[in-house]
Amino acid sequence: MMKKISYGLMYILAAVWLIPLVWTVWTAFRPKRLALSSSISIDFTLSNFTHVWNSAPFGTYYMNTLLIVAGVFTVQFLTVSMAAFAFARVEFWGKSAIFLLFLAQIMIPADILIFPNYTVLRDLSLLDTKLGIMIPYFASAFGVFLLRQMFKTIPFELDEAARMEGCSLWQILWRIYMPLARPAYVSFGLVSVSYHWNNFLWPLIITNSVENRPLTVGLAIFAQSFETGAQWSEVTAATMLVILPLLLGFMVFQRQFMNSFIHSGIK
Amino acid sequence: MKMAARRRRAWKMNAFAWLLLLPSLIFLLVFTLYPVAGALKLSLFQADLGTPQPSFIGLDNYKSMAEDSVFWKVVNNNIWFAIGTVPTSILLSLLMAMFANKVMRARGLVRTAFFYPTVVPMIAIGNIWLFIYTPEYGMVSRFLETFGIKGPNWLGTPDLVMWAMIIMIVWKEAGYFMLFYLAGLQNISEELYESARVDGVPAWRVFWRITFPLLMPTTLFVSIIALTNSFKLVDHLWIMTKGGPENASNLLLFYIYETAFSFWDQGMASALTTVMIILLLVLAAIQFFGFDRRIHYR
Repeated sequence: MMKKISYGLMYILAAVWLIPLVWTVWTAFRPKRLALSSSISIDFTLSNFTHVWNSAPFGTYYMNTLLIVAGVFTVQFLTVSMAAFAFARVEFWGKSAIFLLFLAQIMIPADILIFPNYTVLRDLSLLDTKLGIMIPYFASAFGVFLLRQMFKTIPFELDEAARMEGCSLWQILWRIYMPLARPAYVSFGLVSVSYHWNNFLWPLIITNSVENRPLTVGLAIFAQSFETGAQWSEVTAATMLVILPLLLGFMVFQRQFMNSFIHSGIK
Repeated sequence: MKMAARRRRAWKMNAFAWLLLLPSLIFLLVFTLYPVAGALKLSLFQADLGTPQPSFIGLDNYKSMAEDSVFWKVVNNNIWFAIGTVPTSILLSLLMAMFANKVMRARGLVRTAFFYPTVVPMIAIGNIWLFIYTPEYGMVSRFLETFGIKGPNWLGTPDLVMWAMIIMIVWKEAGYFMLFYLAGLQNISEELYESARVDGVPAWRVFWRITFPLLMPTTLFVSIIALTNSFKLVDHLWIMTKGGPENASNLLLFYIYETAFSFWDQGMASALTTVMIILLLVLAAIQFFGFDRRIHYR
């Protein structure tokens, strides 16, 4: 009995959680004149989307976001794999001191260093560039810790066998560790991609041209260009444009994503 | 001879390790360590629109910060924001995880429903929830209207705006934390539950004696993320309230943003950043030394 009630409550909670999304989709696909009416009808239109797409350079924003997300992840993939391997399997002098330095990035994330990093970027003449948006995130302590955990679970005998075969340490990293740590890469990839797809304050600060603005900044500027409340259809349509790729990707790969996250040693 | 060979091997290993670490280290030095030092230094200078050449003023920035009522307001807000979001979202995420772990019917849908806000950017959430909270035409107001209640202006009332933000952030974060708890639950052996069932231990006791203690490492981890997030999540303010009304929803990071990029007071922005860094370090230290020992890792 208790179980039934609590299950019922949790199902209701799940439904409540979905309301903002359902409402956004609903408003985005409804004709503008019906945006404020509470009547339920099956009017369907794509005109909000075409209007939004034509009134702001969302195509450019899309390209920028894709480039930024891919660029950050590619570089992170390399830096993170290398550092994680060093921490997991190589003994070296100063290991704990360096480990502390990585820990510092977890405690003091780049997000709060917006102002000092702005001055660093100014000194490097990287203001208003895509590289400038990406570069503070090229090293990821979170990724290093995640992969290090995973690397440590890989049996050492594999190393030794490979070394017997004459593999160098590089080859061991590439041929054994990276393929075996796939779930960790998948979860790190998803965290990284969604983080940079969604990042706002940093790109807002350092960009001031359409050529370099990502989707989030474009969306914010687009939404602010209206008087409040009057343009729900446009703003929800624009919001849909920004959130749809990640949302769809997540829904399609929900099971794989959840499983790799659960088994990647994040505890 | 043997010694020399071993030393050569140690050298080689060291060189290899440092080579592997080099790229990460460079970026960490330039974009974490150096900016922290830079903020510390510039916080001792007057550097605003009136002083093109920064001049050394010692701790004056900190003094005027201590006298700045907005600063205290913002710190106070941030503490309430943390108190409001951290325990609630953790508790809710634990409930979600236990449900999503066991439920059979519509499991995928349930997990998706709880988790999807994680992949939605804060700026989009700001847009969506702006309409939810809009007076008269907003979703909440219309819902209340069906009961004949006139909904207040959630975002325009200083006493309500923080609550509105807290509810929104809990909605955003709980599903993310659920994922960590789901991972934690996978690691508790089924046999423990099995033997508890055989012994006829009631469900709440199983929870308090088995599930909850064994999830403690997860709880620690999640609480660290939740706490740092309560200082990091400010994007929604830009779209929803700009920190208003009367700074009632303003948070420390957003105040840093305003000070640096609206008022262009670079010295003060650096001082505020320094305070933020110290705050985060203190929080990390408390969690690391206070919490850590009482948790038994397997």
